Amino acid sequence: MTDPDTKTMTDDPRSTSSSDGGDASAPAPRVPLPPRSATSGAVSTATDREVLTTAPGISVTGLDAFYGSGHAIKDVSIEYVPNKVTAMIGPSGSGKSTVLRCINRMHEEIPGARATGKVMLDTDDIYGSGVDVVAVRRAIGMVFQKPNPFPTMSIFDNVAAGLKLNGIKGINLKERVEQSLQGASLWDEVKDRLNEPGIGLSGGQQQRLCIARTIAVEPQVILMDEPCSALDPIATLKIEELISDLKQRFTIVIVTHNMQQAARVADTTAFFLAGELIEHAPTAEVFTNPSDSRTEEYVTGKFG
Amino acid sequence: MTALGQLTPRRRITDRVMRIVLAIGTAIALIPLIAVIYYLLSKGLGAWSIDLFTKDPTGNFLGDQGGIKSALLGTIEMVALASAIAIPFGWGVALYLVEYGRKGRFASTVRYFVDVMTGVPSIVFGLFVYATLVLSGWGGSSFSGWKGSVALALLMLPVVTRSAEVVLLLVPDALREAALALGTPRWRVTLRVVLPTALPGLVTGSLLAVARAAGETAPLLFTAAAVNGTTFNLGERMNSLPVQIYNDVQSPSDALVQRAWGSALALVTLILLTTLVARLASRRSRLS
Ligand SMILES: Nc1ncnc2c1ncn2[C@@H]1O[C@H](COP(=O)(O)OP(=O)(O)OP(=O)(O)O)[C@@H](O)[C@H]1O
Ligand SMILES: [Mg+2]
Repeated sequence: MTDPDTKTMTDDPRSTSSSDGGDASAPAPRVPLPPRSATSGAVSTATDREVLTTAPGISVTGLDAFYGSGHAIKDVSIEYVPNKVTAMIGPSGSGKSTVLRCINRMHEEIPGARATGKVMLDTDDIYGSGVDVVAVRRAIGMVFQKPNPFPTMSIFDNVAAGLKLNGIKGINLKERVEQSLQGASLWDEVKDRLNEPGIGLSGGQQQRLCIARTIAVEPQVILMDEPCSALDPIATLKIEELISDLKQRFTIVIVTHNMQQAARVADTTAFFLAGELIEHAPTAEVFTNPSDSRTEEYVTGKFG
Repeated sequence: MTALGQLTPRRRITDRVMRIVLAIGTAIALIPLIAVIYYLLSKGLGAWSIDLFTKDPTGNFLGDQGGIKSALLGTIEMVALASAIAIPFGWGVALYLVEYGRKGRFASTVRYFVDVMTGVPSIVFGLFVYATLVLSGWGGSSFSGWKGSVALALLMLPVVTRSAEVVLLLVPDALREAALALGTPRWRVTLRVVLPTALPGLVTGSLLAVARAAGETAPLLFTAAAVNGTTFNLGERMNSLPVQIYNDVQSPSDALVQRAWGSALALVTLILLTTLVARLASRRSRLS
């Protein structure tokens, strides 16, 4: 069933294969991704409300993704605007997670999975041939559906994990951990028990711990795949507040099944269906006046 | 009351009968185990003395027959060396299979051979080492402790590998993904996240292999052979508890048979201690 699709997509001039990323339309030099210093030193506390830094945006062009022979994403092109929250909604299996995982190249960790197309972080093609996947993932952090702190590590070590695991030196770990926990609004709850195991926290706290862990490596973009679906409403609300804070510093992409959540946190909302991007518009528009009838059916609960 | 339905008398009787049958079956299965322990304790404890553990066997039939010091130390030394060989290799193979090989053809082939090796009788490993290392006089001597260790290591390897693989598969993929998404290279994820998470389970599985190796006679008979004196040189012939028991129990001397029971109890105690440590390790496990 996928073959015809696959063919047309590969013929499509827009779906540049990942291996020949440096085509004419992308004159960007193959430099490694910008160093994280762009944001370092600009760690905000919860009280700083103004935009301190400008995170880069992400622009996806002609993305196709496959699991073996299954064609999961079909020619998706979408812009993620800097320092904005973009929500991705759509029925189960519509490919939201897959798109997300293509953005930081986690997709290729699945055996048999591959992707073609172009994903630009600012001016860098993350699928460019000279680009190190490790650098991509440091610039584009990810928070998962189920909180997944490292079970052998203390709260402190969990937050420091990204730095320690990667042997990043020359950073005041204590300071960075405190900043990150504050950034994830978890500091006050854990500051007296930093040496206790991370899995001893509640689910909501664990998820904020995972967010702290992600921002500790100072990425520029944060991808969140249903970060609240395992949490109760109060913990969810906390994370949503946190997301609004975080967008001062990061570009945020969030997958959610909860439409109220998308309405609450997202600046723009993208609706996916069966591997295709149906509509991407300002959130209010998507929910009140969608241009596509399928979007309307979905957001009004007629299907999905 | 009728909504839930009534247990018919027949079903109640069937249930009771099944319960009794299973209980009897369990009891019957326990009889040999209890008998072994009873014999070991009643015959072995009587043979235990300070001398048993502090003196080497003399080799005499009559008069002073000595203890089992060389056998006890030999077993510990040879099993330690065997573990030092088999555990790193076994963990390495398991890490490869789980973290890198997964469903590849090479990995499946390796997995198949490991399975076959698990079923190979221990005497075959002894024969193999005898044919390759002992007869050729490799390393200067024919029989020696390290050759016994090699035979034991071959025996342990598939058990260690298999148990390690099972434990590594229990490490949730979510943890690997979390680490990868932080920009950690895969080898570091393996060493710093997967391995520590799986460690208690890895230790447990390996110690069970250690316990099994400690009790093996066949691989040692024609590799380390036996000798009376204690030695700490693994290049020399070496005594071991199973071989000591094997020799003593065949002797016409009642005192030596008695010593065999003492040695057997010592061996079982050693294995019990290892298993106990294994249980303690598994209790620290964070994997369900
Ligand atoms: N590991 C995988 N192997 C094979 N196919 C997969 C895999 N993961 C996802 N798929 C397929 O890719 C398609 C898109 O899945 P994806 O997980 O991206 O959907 P989703 O929109 O995130 O759904 P959900 O809302 O349930 O999380 C689905 O058809 C799914 O069956
Ligand atoms: Mg998903």
